[in-house]
Amino acid sequence: MRKSNTLNLGTGAFVLLGFAALAFLTTQITSRGLHFGSAPHYDVTAKFDNIGDLKVGAPVSMAGVEVGRVSHIELDLKEYKAVVLLRINSRYNQIPTDSDASIYTQGLLGGKFIGLTAGGADTYLKDKSEIDFTQSAFVLENLIGQLLANFAKGSSSSNSSGSSATDAPATTEKHK
Amino acid sequence: MNPVTELWRSLIEALVALGDVSRFLLRLILATPRALLRFELIVRQIFNSGALSLVIIMLSGLFVGMVLGLQGFQLLQRFGSEEALGVAAAIGLVKELSPVITALLFAGRAGTALASEIGLMRATDQLSAMEMMAVDPIERVVVPRFLGGVIAMPLLAAIFSVIGVYGAQLVGVQIMHVDSGSFWSQMRAGVDFRDVNEGLVKSCIFGVACSLIAVYQGYYAIPTAEGVGRATTRTVVSSAVMVLFLDYLLTSAFL
Repeated sequence: MRKSNTLNLGTGAFVLLGFAALAFLTTQITSRGLHFGSAPHYDVTAKFDNIGDLKVGAPVSMAGVEVGRVSHIELDLKEYKAVVLLRINSRYNQIPTDSDASIYTQGLLGGKFIGLTAGGADTYLKDKSEIDFTQSAFVLENLIGQLLANFAKGSSSSNSSGSSATDAPATTEKHK
Repeated sequence: MNPVTELWRSLIEALVALGDVSRFLLRLILATPRALLRFELIVRQIFNSGALSLVIIMLSGLFVGMVLGLQGFQLLQRFGSEEALGVAAAIGLVKELSPVITALLFAGRAGTALASEIGLMRATDQLSAMEMMAVDPIERVVVPRFLGGVIAMPLLAAIFSVIGVYGAQLVGVQIMHVDSGSFWSQMRAGVDFRDVNEGLVKSCIFGVACSLIAVYQGYYAIPTAEGVGRATTRTVVSSAVMVLFLDYLLTSAFL
């Protein structure tokens, strides 16, 4: 009996340690585990012309502070725009309705995130409201295309190559 | 002999072995409900293959994490993004290194012990004696060992990951002076729950594979000293190959 007890103790300690390690992995190392859908939140949609490589789970920040996350992305087949669902923590319930949502890049090669810039309206965003003012992702290829087009135009205005390059940069211009 | 027929024969032999192992697994699964009734046998095996492997797992995890810290730092420094060391080490450990290295160490530490133990039971006619007493050796000897290994493996892999991340932190933050805050925050932002899940699924499957190979080799060992020795060797070799092969399959499935 004595032997069996120490054995059980050792096994119990091992299993406990294993599950503690698993719990540590899911809660401390990942971003999702800590707030497992428990935090109160509200959902806001925003339509973008181009979201680049924005992913579900990307942070939504305001003045650099994380206020929520991207919870869903889909394509609106009527306007051919990307509809992004932003899940915003209920603590931040005083974001003006005319706020601006832009897609930025973290660092030089980092992932995309959404930055909100506060507007001046007295009404605040609620559940299922939509952000009207959006700015698309900065797509490097389009910018390079624009640069090349400008370069081609500048160097030889009479050259025929200019006409094919001018229609490339159409997507980067800011909408509203 | 003609090389083509030889190749054909070895292919057939491999297929026969695969079928045999699969049938053995089916027998183990069918015997599992009855074996669960004697839970203390399983607890003993969790102790044998899990708790007793803890020291080697923790030591290896620490060193693997520390090496990852050094190598990752060297590489990331070139791009001026040393802060990504945390996420690089954590993803590497959680998804890949900890399931695989844990499985390889498990095969060497616990798999060989299982195979030689069961093989010696076979060689000393203990299994036949059980059958004489109308005790099913599969249910009494093999299944508890198999289940013990299956339960122990994911837990060992999780411990390996945690110690490894600590080791990477030790080298990165304490020695190389990467900023501690960005080390952890980048890790939290970069590692998803799915990554942990992938590692967990991998280690569960490796646990089944390694334990199955060990008990199979032991159970069907040729009942001589040489046969048991060969079964032990085969356990390590086929476990290692199987784990690496399965790892490729699983990684591409998860991608």
